[in-house]
Amino acid sequence: MTTTLPAALRAPFSSGGASAIDAQLANRLLGLALDAGGDYADIYFEFRVSADYALEEEQVRTLGRGITLGLGVRVTKGDATGYAYCEDLAWEKMAHAAKTAGQIAVGGGHPPVQIPALKNIPTPSFYPVGTPSLIVPAQDKLALLRAADKAARAFDPRIVKVEASFAESIKEVLLFTSDGRMASDVQPLMRFGVRAVAEEGGKRQSGSGGGGGRYGMDYFADATRDAAAHGREAARVAVAMLDARDAPAGEMPVVLAPGDSGILLHEAVGHGLEADFNRKETSNYTGQLGKEVASKLCTVVDDGTIMNSRGAINVDDEGYAGQSNTLIENGVLVGYMHDRLSAKHFGIKPTGNGRRESFRSMPLPRMTNTSLLGGKDNPDDIIKSVKRGIYAKRFSGGQVNISNGDFVFSLSESYLIEDGKLTAPLKGVNLIGNGPDVLRRVDMLGSDFELSDGIWTCGKDGQSVPVNVGTPTVRLSSITVGGTQA
Amino acid sequence: MKAQAGTTTGAQVTERTVKELCDLAQLAVELAKRAGADDAEVLVRDGSELTTKVRLGEPELVQEAGSRALGLRVLRGGKRAVTYTSDLRREALEALCAETVTLAELAEADEYALPPDPKLLATRIPELDLYDPAVAEVDAAWALKQAIAGEAAARKSDARVTNSEGATWSRVLGATAFATSGGFVGGYRGSYASLVVEPLCDDTTDPTNPKKRNGYWYTASRFLADLEAAEAVGIEATRRTVATLGSRKVETQECAIVFDPEVSRSIVGTIFSVANGSSFWRKSSYLVGKEGELVASALVTIVDDPLVPRAPGSRPFDGDGLPTRKNSVVDKGVLAPVLCDVYSARKLGRASTGSAGRGIGGNPGPTTSNLIMEAGSVTRQELLKQTGRGLYVTSLMGFGFNPITGDFSRGAQGFWIEGGELTFPVSEVTIAANFDEILKRIDLVANDLELRSSTCAPTFRVSHMTLAGTSK
Repeated sequence: MTTTLPAALRAPFSSGGASAIDAQLANRLLGLALDAGGDYADIYFEFRVSADYALEEEQVRTLGRGITLGLGVRVTKGDATGYAYCEDLAWEKMAHAAKTAGQIAVGGGHPPVQIPALKNIPTPSFYPVGTPSLIVPAQDKLALLRAADKAARAFDPRIVKVEASFAESIKEVLLFTSDGRMASDVQPLMRFGVRAVAEEGGKRQSGSGGGGGRYGMDYFADATRDAAAHGREAARVAVAMLDARDAPAGEMPVVLAPGDSGILLHEAVGHGLEADFNRKETSNYTGQLGKEVASKLCTVVDDGTIMNSRGAINVDDEGYAGQSNTLIENGVLVGYMHDRLSAKHFGIKPTGNGRRESFRSMPLPRMTNTSLLGGKDNPDDIIKSVKRGIYAKRFSGGQVNISNGDFVFSLSESYLIEDGKLTAPLKGVNLIGNGPDVLRRVDMLGSDFELSDGIWTCGKDGQSVPVNVGTPTVRLSSITVGGTQA
Repeated sequence: MKAQAGTTTGAQVTERTVKELCDLAQLAVELAKRAGADDAEVLVRDGSELTTKVRLGEPELVQEAGSRALGLRVLRGGKRAVTYTSDLRREALEALCAETVTLAELAEADEYALPPDPKLLATRIPELDLYDPAVAEVDAAWALKQAIAGEAAARKSDARVTNSEGATWSRVLGATAFATSGGFVGGYRGSYASLVVEPLCDDTTDPTNPKKRNGYWYTASRFLADLEAAEAVGIEATRRTVATLGSRKVETQECAIVFDPEVSRSIVGTIFSVANGSSFWRKSSYLVGKEGELVASALVTIVDDPLVPRAPGSRPFDGDGLPTRKNSVVDKGVLAPVLCDVYSARKLGRASTGSAGRGIGGNPGPTTSNLIMEAGSVTRQELLKQTGRGLYVTSLMGFGFNPITGDFSRGAQGFWIEGGELTFPVSEVTIAANFDEILKRIDLVANDLELRSSTCAPTFRVSHMTLAGTSK
């Protein structure tokens, strides 16, 4: 971020703050953490200010605000981790956390390791923000909610209910490591969401719209994603789904719409390529490096450097700069996503994927912005090629079992394809498959790559982090569709 | 099971801590009133955790920490704002109160957002025996030993276990205090300990597509003495994991679906998601207007009981400061008046059922405490025998439920039932039907109810659903 923030939004531990933490103090804490014989330690300071606004029944119902401050101390000894945190910058509290985390090394320790002089690592700037939304008056954000509500209701008289919400935060982090690195970052994040309910003849259906990312208020300047556009999109889906009919059940071709469909990729292959699972040999992709794991059409990239994207990171939560990593190239597995522990295990450089939900959690290999890159086919031709199948347009979520690769994801908007044309909207559709298997079934790839508007949050081991996904139009030769019409 | 003698860890939550938190909550209420709030409600939580994880016999993680946070809700003429902080110094609280009052000014007045009638507030906090000092006495070394024992038993009990996702022994200790400007103040402490073991197998049944198969089993309780032995947990985890080797799809068809208790409880949880005051006033449930009507088979009876001593979901007062009570949710298939907090009850023109839950940074809303489906009369074996053929479901995946229409389609894993017995493992299929049909088609309920978690149910059978798998 480039804007100067007011004092209330700056971390007390940053330079010039009320309890500024400098390299000298951090060095002493790292020394305490390693005193019992650990190999490595890091200290992660976090300050987060968040706010949220919600409109329901045409009224602004609740405004909320929260402040979180704390630090986490991690000490590793081989593959073992000691972790402790506190919510107080008083020396005794921080020292206690450092010593507690260091206990992991008790008994098997060696003389304390030397900590080199801490040096700032240079960080790029993938989310320059003109005006962070948190410093804009709340009224301006309430106006956005009202605009979305109005647009959704104006879209169609069958819209009977609209809910709109806006959530924003600024997270400032400061990290010190015992191998001499120092990194800091200020991470803005916002998300706008609208849900509309349509009713006709006793039938009710809902639709949602929304987006966001590491933006300021400038996000809404683009008319394709202003508040009214999200309101209309929610209304459009709700109204379209009123005519939805029962979905077929069984195996058939499925065409994935560009953008949001990346959630399939995220669930089906992304998690299995996080290196902790491969270090422990618990993933289906264990030992598959250099092997063909997908159709030759598939190139999959995890890219933390996409400007303003929800999953972008200047620096990961272990002090490594965000970067772009190719995972699958023309169908061949070429790399995993790493944190420090797994990179060390595989003897390679960290990939900038070590992320944590907050100072209360240890970092894990996590995705950032994960995409299946575009191909050569005309998207219309892809739909035309299907005699009978499903067109998957919007998704409400997904889940994967990392070990066996089985995944499920739920469609919130989908259509039947009959003789190459989209016909009836479908309700209650789930797609179920196996990650490695489904990527082998990609047989057409559109030239229309799109990144999803930023709405996705990924959960793993109880930790949530913001991510983004992207795909072009994709044809899967066959996948199991979980409808009711056997 | 017992912690080593003499290992006090200083983690104990005392009655004095509870009293301190109550005082802090009352102070914040007072400060908010002074800052201009008509009414204020303050929730304070103090908690500590110990998590130890081992993998392949070696410690992988030891995490220990404590935290304290305060959540404030200000009401001002129907306008409301919610804030939270972990900075509990008096000057910080004063600033928070002032900011919250200012924030509330920006909201629009909601005539239903008023504090509960003070006459309804709980005046007596029942003792529910939710805290076990023995849990607090466990130290990291002892916890690691338990995890190691659980994992070792899992790996030793079957040679087909080739790897492990580890075993985790963890405990949470905490105190909660709540105070309101209406005059309520109350607090309690709680403990919770658990052990989870996760073995892994290599499945080479299909040599062209080798897979890893994972599984888990757990024990959890507020009381250390109520935890099952680590070895038994490990052996059961392995039994469940090994059984999934060779899982395959089955043909798309209509068939009987039997839900294992680990899954039937999630179905019961789904019933609550469409049978509560919040989903009702929002009309975001297909059950709206059906109270007093038959919404499930007459074999279905569900209660929500917050007053079960020692139970994981018990609470002595609710998130509005009202006394808690046992409520019927479904009685012999008939939908009871839905569970409400004060706000949703007002929106629906009725009284709260004392079912409010509240988090640090949010508005209260109806939540379950111990949600329990009553057991039936047949044994699980008898239920399977009567079923003949169908799918026995041990886990569900995905989020395929639309509360407004009741459309339900989720990924399923389990075993094929043939000749009244579990035969081969099944995966990569979905099961679908409208939820209304699912509940009405429950035609057999087993007698194997166990209170293992805050939502629990026995094994039951749904006469038929659509199973989507391979094409015929």
